[in-house]
Amino acid sequence: MKEKKSIMDRIADSNKSVTTGIDEKDIKYWVKIYIMGKAYRVPAGLTIMQAMEFAGYRFIRSSGCRAGFCGACATVYRKADDYKLQTAMACQTRVEDGMFLVQIPFAPAEKATYNINKEEYNGGVLFKYYPELARCVSCNTCTKSCPQGIEVMDYIQDAIKGDFKAVAEESFDCIQCGLCAIRCPAELVQYHIAQLARRMYGRHGLLEPKYLKTRLKEIKKDKYKDDWDKLLKAATKELEKMYAERKREPD
Amino acid sequence: MSEIKFIRGYPEYMRKLIDIVNKTRIKRKDYQPPAMSKKEREDVLKLHPDYAPGGKRKISIGLNKGDVGPNEVVDLLEAYPLIEEEEIDLSKVDYDPDILIIGGGLAGTSAAIWANNQGIPASKILLTNKLRHGDANSMMAEGGTQAADRPNDSPLIHYLDAMGGGHFANKTDVLKALVEDAPFIMRWLLDLGAMIDREENGDFTEKWGGGTCRRRLHSCRDYTGLEELRVIRDEFRNRKIPSIEFYPAIELLTDGKGRVAGAVLCNLETEEYKIVKAKATILATGGFGRLHIRGFPTTNHYGATCDGVVLAYRAGAKLRDIDTVQYHPTGAAFPPQIIGLLLTEKLRSMGAQPVNKDGEAFVFPLEPRDVEASSFIRECYVRNKGILTPTGMRGIWLDTPLIEIKNGEGTIDKAFPGMKRMFERFDIDMRKDPVLVFPTLHYQNGGVETDPEGKTNLEGLFVAGEISGGVHGKNRLMGNSTLDCMVFGRRSGIYAAEYVRTAKRNGKLSLAHMRKYVNMLKEAGIKPERRAPILLPEYRGKAVLARMIDVF
Repeated sequence: MKEKKSIMDRIADSNKSVTTGIDEKDIKYWVKIYIMGKAYRVPAGLTIMQAMEFAGYRFIRSSGCRAGFCGACATVYRKADDYKLQTAMACQTRVEDGMFLVQIPFAPAEKATYNINKEEYNGGVLFKYYPELARCVSCNTCTKSCPQGIEVMDYIQDAIKGDFKAVAEESFDCIQCGLCAIRCPAELVQYHIAQLARRMYGRHGLLEPKYLKTRLKEIKKDKYKDDWDKLLKAATKELEKMYAERKREPD
Repeated sequence: MSEIKFIRGYPEYMRKLIDIVNKTRIKRKDYQPPAMSKKEREDVLKLHPDYAPGGKRKISIGLNKGDVGPNEVVDLLEAYPLIEEEEIDLSKVDYDPDILIIGGGLAGTSAAIWANNQGIPASKILLTNKLRHGDANSMMAEGGTQAADRPNDSPLIHYLDAMGGGHFANKTDVLKALVEDAPFIMRWLLDLGAMIDREENGDFTEKWGGGTCRRRLHSCRDYTGLEELRVIRDEFRNRKIPSIEFYPAIELLTDGKGRVAGAVLCNLETEEYKIVKAKATILATGGFGRLHIRGFPTTNHYGATCDGVVLAYRAGAKLRDIDTVQYHPTGAAFPPQIIGLLLTEKLRSMGAQPVNKDGEAFVFPLEPRDVEASSFIRECYVRNKGILTPTGMRGIWLDTPLIEIKNGEGTIDKAFPGMKRMFERFDIDMRKDPVLVFPTLHYQNGGVETDPEGKTNLEGLFVAGEISGGVHGKNRLMGNSTLDCMVFGRRSGIYAAEYVRTAKRNGKLSLAHMRKYVNMLKEAGIKPERRAPILLPEYRGKAVLARMIDVF
């Protein structure tokens, strides 16, 4: 009998396409995309980011978490025979045949400087630091450009009304990629406005959790000192026993 | 374009397998397999990539000579520097801060703020980032942060949970600092205005983490790290602390007397080097997921390439537990575009069950990560009850519809917007259908040995976050990494500030440690084939690489 491959080798083999780059010989289906106008033949089904790498591009900018959490890979594209300018995260979007694309490696945008503890909890703070907020023309381009599907224009309207809670909750999933700000005809930087609103809401708009204060006092007063002394001195055997005897609180 | 017909995101044959899961769901609703005994855990751990034969070797030079590490890590420790001593002019110093912080994730950014709180002026701090400020694994942390603040909990119980999870190899004084500072970190986050999930009365919403015996996981939907880091980074920016981007450190500098005294940085775009002379240096460069240890996919961000460990080791820092790697049980195994990406443990803590091909729940859903991951490998490769994907991977179903059955309709929208969105992009509705998972490389358990103040064995060098070793022993628990970053980011910032006030002045900048290390490499007969730090992984197409020429 042939020597059987170990489990680890079999796992490594099955993961090759994502760990070492794609091998052409494994590919059956192809699409043509245009990276900054230049045509490349790439495997169908890849993300834009994987496709650009396959084509030979090595990212310094425009690649971050590669999982849709960081906003580094903002991309704009047009498809063949479609007038619409589309936006996407390159790491979370499949390539399509005839896609013309370019990445936006950086969004110039000035962030205001403030002291969150000293600001008054009313909508005025948003206008104080971002007076351009009043320039919103409700065109909804920001919402259409958001790769997270956030109702950006709605939260900007809530910001104008000074409704921190609404802004905070609607904007919460923002990954600050900058696409809304790049597209906005009124030149707002929506994601900075939302950041300020969320911090104001988190700092001033929520009730205090009641247990935390007690626990902090206990720690400060060294309530656990004797127990710590015992626990830190415990031999591994004793620790193992204590660990095994822990009682899990009910679900 | 594609040979396979997809029905709501899955090929037809997988749809048929999903029917089996659907059929057994109601029966499984109120049943879960019991937690494993110590013996059962030991048995299944033999299949864990850390313990399965192969994949490792001894380090042949340096302070940890003779210790074992993954081949991919030892390759980098046994590699030559990116620079030659002669080509670097150390007489012209470009930056002269009191504290240099290398790495702008949660740990590095927290360190800067707390050093500033201790009276180090913003202008005397420098944060340098390999990519953008905030391009870090912290940003991708989904599940939450542990802190023992409920009345039936205590830092001691948190300590015991982490000890058991870490196989009793954790460094005791460092772990005590972690769990005892945790409630304070929650206070800090509240004061900064972080939106941590709450109940209507203001109490924290606290969920289960694997391997814990209390509910103490604090989340921000499933964007916990994103919320924590963007708030802390916003505070950092309000203080006008200097931060430079696309400037990785490629070598540490010493003062010729064994003290670390700054670093050589490299502008990734122009390839110009810069010299930083600092009284204290904090390494917060994160982990090594992008080394794809043992050929596993990873949850980690693009820059997680072990740079900091390489730099510190060359300067003479001591490592520990570098042989243990955390594989997160639930990485995405389908669709192929998202292989390896993280599906937070919180899915299981809210009721999602791992299920095999036959629709059976085969493991307690919240074992410590190494045990849970090993049980998935066993189900797929020993018991052959995994699900084969079109790309040849095997996976386990994670039965996410149970979350809504157990917690009510709309729970996934509210608690897992990130996860839901990720699958929706590929036409999969995780509220209605299970998702396919397999273990993925997630975390560097060990690293540069540290003490409760973030100090290393090298004077002037501090570490914080994933680069450090000791606090998690041989396996980290969920919710302890974001916590680690903030606790030891803060502590390293505070103690580096204290060190700066009392430290002796550094002498002349030197790369003598690098020369010494290169000599050791030569003496050990290691050929100059590899260079490190690698800074970025290589994913370019093989055909293009084969025809690449150097023209500039």
